[in-house]
Amino acid sequence: METVKPKKTKIKTLLTIVLVIAIIWGSIINTQISLSTLIQGLPNIVDLIKEMFPPDWSYFGSITNQMLETIRMAVLGTTFGGIIAIPFALLSSSNVVKIPVVYQVFRFIMNLIRTIPELLLAALFVPVFGIGELPGILAIAVFSFGIIAKLFYEAIEAIDPGPLEAMTAVGANKIQWIFFGVIPQVIAHYMSFFLYSFEINIRAAAILGYVGAGGIGLVLNNALGFFQYDRVLTIIIYTLIVVVIVDAISNKLREKLL
Amino acid sequence: MIEFKNVSKVYPNGTKGLKNVNLKINKGDFVVIVGLSGAGKSTLLRSINRLHEITEGEIIIDGKSITAAKGKSLRHIRRDIGMIFQNFNLVKRSSVIRNVLSGRVAYHSTIRTLLGLFPKQDVELALNALGRVNIQEKAYSRADELSGGQQQRVSIARALAQEAKIILADEPVASLDPFTTRQVMDDLKRINQELGITTIVNLHFVDLARQYATRIIGIRAGEIVYDGPVEEATDDVFSQIYGREIKSDELLGETE
Repeated sequence: METVKPKKTKIKTLLTIVLVIAIIWGSIINTQISLSTLIQGLPNIVDLIKEMFPPDWSYFGSITNQMLETIRMAVLGTTFGGIIAIPFALLSSSNVVKIPVVYQVFRFIMNLIRTIPELLLAALFVPVFGIGELPGILAIAVFSFGIIAKLFYEAIEAIDPGPLEAMTAVGANKIQWIFFGVIPQVIAHYMSFFLYSFEINIRAAAILGYVGAGGIGLVLNNALGFFQYDRVLTIIIYTLIVVVIVDAISNKLREKLL
Repeated sequence: MIEFKNVSKVYPNGTKGLKNVNLKINKGDFVVIVGLSGAGKSTLLRSINRLHEITEGEIIIDGKSITAAKGKSLRHIRRDIGMIFQNFNLVKRSSVIRNVLSGRVAYHSTIRTLLGLFPKQDVELALNALGRVNIQEKAYSRADELSGGQQQRVSIARALAQEAKIILADEPVASLDPFTTRQVMDDLKRINQELGITTIVNLHFVDLARQYATRIIGIRAGEIVYDGPVEEATDDVFSQIYGREIKSDELLGETE
C-alpha cells in the first residue's frame, strides 16, 4: 500500500500541470495575443508618458471639488451599505437564526447582490437617477453591502457560543441576546470590515464617474477625451495621494481595533 | 423547590440521556451530581433551565412548570436561575461590570438594556456581587485580562446580580487548577449558606463532592443510582455510581 500512494499523487500532479498549461495555451490562441503587438506598442507608451510630463500642477486647485465629491460618495455609500449589512449578516448566521430556511434565503440574496460589479451597478443607476453623485453613492452602497455583509456574517458564525448560552440562561429575549451576546464579540470586526470596504470604495469611486456617476472619474473621462494627458497625470497623482492617505489612516485604525 | 416528574430525554440519534428521573430538590440544598462523563450529569442539570429540552415528563420550579412555559414566562423562570459554566462564558471583550450587568437584562425593557441604561441600584447590585467574590477592584477591567479563577468568580457575580434563587453550576472547576478550584467552590458554598440559594453542582472529583455537598446524587447511564446525604455516600456507594473503583484522577487531592 505504501508504494502505491506516492505514485498516485505523482500522476495527479502531472495531470494538473498538463491541464494548467493547456488552459493557458488555449487562452493565448483564442485571444490572439502576440509578442510582436506588445513590442510594437511600446513606443506608443513612451509617447504617452512624454505627453503626460510635466503634469498640469495648476489643475490641482480646480479638481479639488470633484475629489471631495469622490470622498463624499465613498463615505455615504459605505455608511449606507454598512448599516444595511448588519441585519442581513445577523439573519444569514446559522448561530443567530436557527431556522435554515431563513438564513439560507438571506445568504442567497446576499450572494446574488455580491456578484454584480459596481461599475455595472453605477451604469444601471445613472439612467434611473440621472448623472451625478446619487447613482454613484447607491452603487457604492450596494457594493459595500455585499462585502461587509459577507465578511460580517462569517465573523458572526465564528463567535464563541458560550456567552450566547449564558444570555439564554439569564432569560434575555432575542434582541437582548444579540446585543449582549453577539454584538460585543464582533463589533471590532465590523469596524475593521467597514474601514476595509471604505478603502476599496475610495478607489472605486474614482472610476464611477466614467459612467456618469459623479466624482473625479467624470473629469478624468473629459481629460482623456480631449487628449489633455498632462491633466490626466495630475488627476492620477491626486487620486494616488488621497488613496495612500486613506489607506494609511484606515490601516492604523484597524490595527488598533483588533 | 425543583421537582422532576418522570423526566426522560432521548436524543435525536436514539441515545437515552435521562431515564425516568424523579427528583425533589429543596430550597437551600447544596446538591452535587456525580457520575462518569457521559452519564447524563450535564443533561440533568441543563434540563432544569431548559438549555436542554426533555422529551418526556415535567420539571416544576417553585410551583411553575418550566416544561410548559413559553416566551416571557420561560424567560422569567430562567431569570431566577443563575448558571455557571465550565468555560465561564463571559464576553471576553466586554468589561467585567458589563458582563455582570448582563445578568440583569431580563428585569428591564429591551430598549433600556440596549442603551445600557441600567438603574443605579443595578450597578450597585453588580458591584456588591463582585465584592462578594472579592474582585470588586476588577469591575472596569476587560474580562479577558482576568485569570481563569477570576473569570469564574465574575460569572458567579453575574448569577448573584441576577438575584437568582437557584444556581446551576456545570463542571464549574473543570478548567481551573486545584488551588483556584477550592476558592471557587468556597465561594459557591458561602453564597449557598449566606443567601440560602439552592445550588446544584456537577463535579467529577469525588473528594470535592464529599467536602462541599450536603446531598449527593449519583447518575449512571441516565438513571439516578444514588440519592442521599453526603454522610451515607461511602466509597462503596461511589464505586457503585461509577460502576468501578474510583481512580486517582477522580480525586483532586490535598492542596493545603
